[in-house]
Amino acid sequence: MRVKENFAELSSLSEDAKPSTVSLILRKMWHLRLGVVGAVLLFCLVTTAIFCPVLAPHDPLKQNIMKRLRPPVWLKGGSVDNLLGTDHLGRDILSRVMHGTRISLVVGVAAVIMQVIIGVALGLLAGYHGGKIDSVISFMVNAMMGFPFILLAMSLVAVLGPSLQNIIIALGVTGWTVFTRVTRIETMKQREQEYVLAATSLAFSTKRILLRHVLPNLIPSLTVLATVEVARAIIRESLLSFLGLGIQPPTPSWGTMLAEGRDYMLMQWWLAALPGAAIFISALGINLLGDALRDVTDPHLRKS
Amino acid sequence: MRVYIIKRLVEAIGVCLVISMISFFLLFLNTDPALLLLPPEAEMEDIATFKKQMGLDRPVIVQYVDFLGKVVLHGDFGDSFVAKVPAVRLIAGRLPATVKLALASLLVINLVALPVGVIAAIRRYSLMDNIATFVALVGQAMPLYWFGIMLIIVFGVWLGWLPISGSDSLLHLVLPAITLGSWILPVNMRLVRSGMLEVLNQDYIRTARAKGLSEKRVLIKHAFKNAAIPVVTVSGMQFGALLGGAVVTETVFAWPGLGRLAVDSIRMGDYPVVQAIVVIFAVCIILANLLADIVAAFIDPRIRLN
Repeated sequence: MRVKENFAELSSLSEDAKPSTVSLILRKMWHLRLGVVGAVLLFCLVTTAIFCPVLAPHDPLKQNIMKRLRPPVWLKGGSVDNLLGTDHLGRDILSRVMHGTRISLVVGVAAVIMQVIIGVALGLLAGYHGGKIDSVISFMVNAMMGFPFILLAMSLVAVLGPSLQNIIIALGVTGWTVFTRVTRIETMKQREQEYVLAATSLAFSTKRILLRHVLPNLIPSLTVLATVEVARAIIRESLLSFLGLGIQPPTPSWGTMLAEGRDYMLMQWWLAALPGAAIFISALGINLLGDALRDVTDPHLRKS
Repeated sequence: MRVYIIKRLVEAIGVCLVISMISFFLLFLNTDPALLLLPPEAEMEDIATFKKQMGLDRPVIVQYVDFLGKVVLHGDFGDSFVAKVPAVRLIAGRLPATVKLALASLLVINLVALPVGVIAAIRRYSLMDNIATFVALVGQAMPLYWFGIMLIIVFGVWLGWLPISGSDSLLHLVLPAITLGSWILPVNMRLVRSGMLEVLNQDYIRTARAKGLSEKRVLIKHAFKNAAIPVVTVSGMQFGALLGGAVVTETVFAWPGLGRLAVDSIRMGDYPVVQAIVVIFAVCIILANLLADIVAAFIDPRIRLN
């Protein structure tokens, strides 16, 4: 009897483990649809970032003490003139959030470009040469990972001085390890391929083999990784700004706005909630797109 | 096993050295420490005497060796520029609050991530699984400090259920622990789920079921134990994430721990304290990683034999 019960359980479980084709297709479509949502969100972000001077209804820096701390339009006392309300200096929040998009995207993309350059170069060298070079580079990666990122980035900004350029540098030099790890492993796999042997036997230089032959094969997985890392860099920039060691006021950065809004969260909750929502939606959009890209480019990497 | 541990230990010491070096030279990157310490109106002569007094006129490398010697032999990072007491004493005073916060958030993480991860794996593609996947996706994009502020607004201000800052009672711990826990929870949930899924397809699970063990026993004794290995391995790295998250969480909730001390010290240019916190955090992270690797090697012979 007991055996029979277990058997029933076993068969029901194995059915569970192998979903029907229909549910797989549904799930796949759901995934792709999320990817489309992500792409649309990212498109809106980029458009806002490029055209914010035209699109924003007000000057993001213009103060008007007479209309300070106005609530968003859907709350009592809100007006159509300031759709998302105004901050403690009477500046239009919608315009500030829109201008913040530009800063976030510029910092996010620039920091990731820096991470890619450092990380991929080291990863290619470590993965291709192996041996001592690999040991040294792996050691560097371990040392960087032992550092609490936030403290290092904050100290760097504090020492270099808070400016757009220094924030990009701080995020760039602290975040490259993930690219080195992925590139290193992938390069090791590629090194065993016959085309590398062929290139070597044609006496191509190492530089040529790595840049013209190995690197192009890594581009799909690196693109996916870079996409997700842009989201991470945007969150990190806003965090630095939130802690007062990033973009400095009055420049409208989401993190700075959040920090300013925090002082008013007891009464004017939207001051902190709205810029945070902007960060969240951007990061979500980029992550959704990244996940979908991963599905398309590499079925092996697909999350189970 | 012993060779493995020794090899990892040597590497860990090397990493600690590099980190101490970076945190020391950070101070010299752009500024002259003497100018930082003295009032701006100090004369050139005063600066020179001061440098001589503090040993700042020696070659940087000699200063580093001196710094390292004091740290290793006496645990002395120098005195705080601001509070004028040893940096280590400041840190010791703040440590308990951070440990309390970290333990509470670990509790939150494990109470949620383990059961949900297991259920999501057993009932794959069920509603629970889909909700868990969705929450993980959303959690990944949520800035930690914004989540904390939203919790304050909803549970502290609107509903008035929980205190929003300070650290007097256990109730004060609830929101910070949830905030910090939310940082790692999605990752652990996914790890448990994918670990369970992988294990459940193995032959030995089929064997265990075939020999008539109860499903509970199969899941807990046979499957979960093996599925937990990746969680153990990454827990070392997560410890670092937890400390980093504590910096943010403590700032949001005015929690009197090490993280807030770090933020305040960096803002005020209190370098001895910053250096001490960076080095102590890093040593903790490295030790946690080392420990996690060793534990994983004990649980799983494949790791130590490779």
